[in-house]
Amino acid sequence: MINPLNTLSAAGILFSCSALLTSQNVEALQYSEQNAAAQEQASGAMDHSKMDHSEMDMDAMAQGAMDHSKMDHSKMNMDATDQGAMDHSKMNHSEMDMDATDQSTMDHSKMDMDTMDHSAMKMQPQGGEAPANARDPHAYSSGYTLTDGPYALAIPKRLTLADEHSFWSVLGDRLEYNNDENSTVYDVQGWYGTTFERAVVKAEGDVVQGQLVESQTELLWSHAVTAYWDTQLGVRFDQYDEGESRQWLALSLQGLAPYWFEVDIGAYVGENGRTALSAEAEYELLLTQRWVLQSRVEMSINGKDDEINGVGKGLSALSAGMRLRYEFSRQFAPYVGIEWTQKYGNSADFARAKNEEVSNTSVVAGLRFWF
Amino acid sequence: MNSFTRQFPESLPRRRFVQGLAIGGVLTSVPTVLHGAPRSQDLTSTGYAPQLSGKTINLEIGAAPVNFTGVVRMGTTINGTIPAPTIRLVEGDEVTINVTNRLNVPSSIHWHGIILPYQMDGVPGLSYPGIMPGETFTYRFTLNQSGTYWYHSHSGFQEMTGMYGALIIEPRETDIIQSDRDLVVQLSDWTDENPMKVFGKLKTQSDYYNFNQPTVQDFVKDVSRNGLNSALANRKMWNEMRMSPTDLADLSNATLTYLMNGTTPMGNWRGIFKPGEKVRLRFINGSSNSFFDVRIPELKMTVVQADGQNIEPVSVDEFRFGPGETYDVIVQPKNDAYTLFAQSMDRSGYARGTLAIAESLDAPVPALDPVEWLTMSDMMGDMSNRSAMNPSMDHSQHNMQSGSLAVASSTVRHASTEYGPSVDMRVDMPRTNLDDPGIGLRKNGRRVLTLADLHSLAGITDHREPEAEIELHLTGNMERYSWSIDGLEFGESTPVHMKHNQRVRVILQNDTMMTHPMHLHGMWSDLENQQSAVQVRRHTIPVQPAQRISFLTTPHDVGRWAWHCHLLFHMDAGMFREVVVA
Repeated sequence: MINPLNTLSAAGILFSCSALLTSQNVEALQYSEQNAAAQEQASGAMDHSKMDHSEMDMDAMAQGAMDHSKMDHSKMNMDATDQGAMDHSKMNHSEMDMDATDQSTMDHSKMDMDTMDHSAMKMQPQGGEAPANARDPHAYSSGYTLTDGPYALAIPKRLTLADEHSFWSVLGDRLEYNNDENSTVYDVQGWYGTTFERAVVKAEGDVVQGQLVESQTELLWSHAVTAYWDTQLGVRFDQYDEGESRQWLALSLQGLAPYWFEVDIGAYVGENGRTALSAEAEYELLLTQRWVLQSRVEMSINGKDDEINGVGKGLSALSAGMRLRYEFSRQFAPYVGIEWTQKYGNSADFARAKNEEVSNTSVVAGLRFWF
Repeated sequence: MNSFTRQFPESLPRRRFVQGLAIGGVLTSVPTVLHGAPRSQDLTSTGYAPQLSGKTINLEIGAAPVNFTGVVRMGTTINGTIPAPTIRLVEGDEVTINVTNRLNVPSSIHWHGIILPYQMDGVPGLSYPGIMPGETFTYRFTLNQSGTYWYHSHSGFQEMTGMYGALIIEPRETDIIQSDRDLVVQLSDWTDENPMKVFGKLKTQSDYYNFNQPTVQDFVKDVSRNGLNSALANRKMWNEMRMSPTDLADLSNATLTYLMNGTTPMGNWRGIFKPGEKVRLRFINGSSNSFFDVRIPELKMTVVQADGQNIEPVSVDEFRFGPGETYDVIVQPKNDAYTLFAQSMDRSGYARGTLAIAESLDAPVPALDPVEWLTMSDMMGDMSNRSAMNPSMDHSQHNMQSGSLAVASSTVRHASTEYGPSVDMRVDMPRTNLDDPGIGLRKNGRRVLTLADLHSLAGITDHREPEAEIELHLTGNMERYSWSIDGLEFGESTPVHMKHNQRVRVILQNDTMMTHPMHLHGMWSDLENQQSAVQVRRHTIPVQPAQRISFLTTPHDVGRWAWHCHLLFHMDAGMFREVVVA
């Protein structure tokens, strides 16, 4: 059977977003985001506390992951390499959503593809671990190298190709003006390096009346662990115009999930036992070759209250947005969109105390670019 | 080189860009002879390229402004032209070719398909240091073969900016291929962008130039035509694996203008013949990154030569060839004018010319064929026909028992390095048939040439059973724009050692969704059929997605040799191996 919500992932996101925008209700959000899982378990919507439990149910997550996709293997790698930074509340809405989508659709594909027979099910065309008897890629070299052995050129500079060159790029995913808040938001990511090892900068911030009121900047070393996933290790700096700056050690997992979801999950350890988790997922729906609808959800969870910065323990904020852009070129695409944000728990209380908005929906206009 | 970096102006009409200018080319040398003439009277018969012949050839590499699209860019030229001069030599001659580099960067020339000493092969950093600015390098070698070949730079992306030319070697005895007229049709592609910038863009966004991606519109159409379930099923595997069914070419007409003998489609290169003549067309794919599907509507082509080697004549309507490959065909035109139509494999554009009895005549230009999605067999190999696999499985067991290499091993052995971040897919049940024309050409109503049609007439004299077997997998990760062999990009790799004069079998399995024209320098690749019988001698073998092919080779010449995918960007990304013959 095909579950359109699972298989047509665009629709899944769209439904999530529309639920967010209309109800602005946590349970509605959870229901729509967890729709796939909920349907499979036939247990209806999960409430908040239940969700937290399942988030911590690492064994269950890992099993599902091992069975079904490379994405999950990379998560496992991350788990294995991670010592302390990720030890609590690491799983989150979007990840669970991915897994649920992943499992159910993988199952369906096996059942639906009449061209695939039983033995085809054993194939693992992507990822996985090399079997013990895998071929040694250097077995034909007789011990020679590119610079050693007969007829090797006696010049210092052997042939080098682009795989040994470094490239760089800067992507401005969002550079937008928010009319409601009269603020300008930037969300830029840059990288420099080779195919598999890169230095990465992620910078996000809010500028109001020429003043940088809040920003978050990460400097990371990015290492490719699987075909579609990178682990990133580094530091994060938070700056608040009215508040105290924070510094964190950062460990991220960034990559492409099945169904083309771009996912970025970060776990952070700061001073005084502060911990935080953030997760971001984007999906791009091609309406035509040049009109692209980008859906985006983002959440942050904190281990501790940070009242001076208005950040509360637990789920502190959720945001979701949809942006419709026109790609004059791949590198230059203006957009208009709508962005919804909601604060929760203590974060919401802190905001109320300061007479700030707890929830906000606003229209944005901006530019997506890269060079 | 700064002039490269200027973007293609948005204001330039799309049609003009794609079609090119009617009068393009190298500005510094206005061509005077534009079309064919009978061989006996005038050998200058190949479009814009002048002809050079004799035992001593002098070439000068330089930079010159060119204008193919309405924008002036710097091209890399040989003796001031694009394409480079057509060099006609004679089999058996020892030739001396002096190449002077007038660029301010190192350069090189590789003689594609010529069997020669490794120091003469022209791969900088491997067979020699390259030709430094201002230097002259003298190539000297004896020609022990005849046929249609070509030559090009093996340095950086110079080939992509114009450094390619035809190399024709006349047989010392009478040519068994008889014709009244002999025309070179060299196909290539041109970009106004700096090739390194193009490569960098793909490194950032690998589908940058693909404007045939599945959209919501396609989905709606698909649903209304085939129903929701079918439409979803069509997309499921692709989306789960994060791969695109329209990933047919890395570059498209979004940056490329396709050229025939250095002439844009609008420029319409012309080959002139006299009524009743038997015309030999020497097709050379000298492009950087483009597979072409070539046909001459209403005219049958008899393919008589592949990669310079004579084959049993086979009559076809169409053939596909990738960078590095050559096909010679004989045509006997009845009409006054025909279109030479070479559409790119991704169907984004075409190179075009006219074969006519007079300058003023044209023939209709066909529409581009629709874009076809890759199929499951392009990704998974031989899935539907498991029974076909079983006999070959038995063969492999037989091999293991007897230790014989009479038959190519059919046991898929992935390299341990194929399980890492450099590889986005592996094929466990490859297809081994050679009779697939490939995506976009299947069941198109035309007789399309396949590898199964190619049978060498003579030349393969080594009938020994192979003493060694080498299995390599062609691999890549489209999302990261990484290309490799066995999951190892060139810089991480070690050479493949072949013993001097030993007969060796090479198995190439394509674990990607693109076709890779694999070019082995310095020795022939004798392609085997499914029963491991040698069928045809090539220097460049296209390996289709999820396909596993085998060939035999005898390395008669010691040295270090290059072995790579001839899609220039795949080569430069690392789908490249060094071969040590010792």
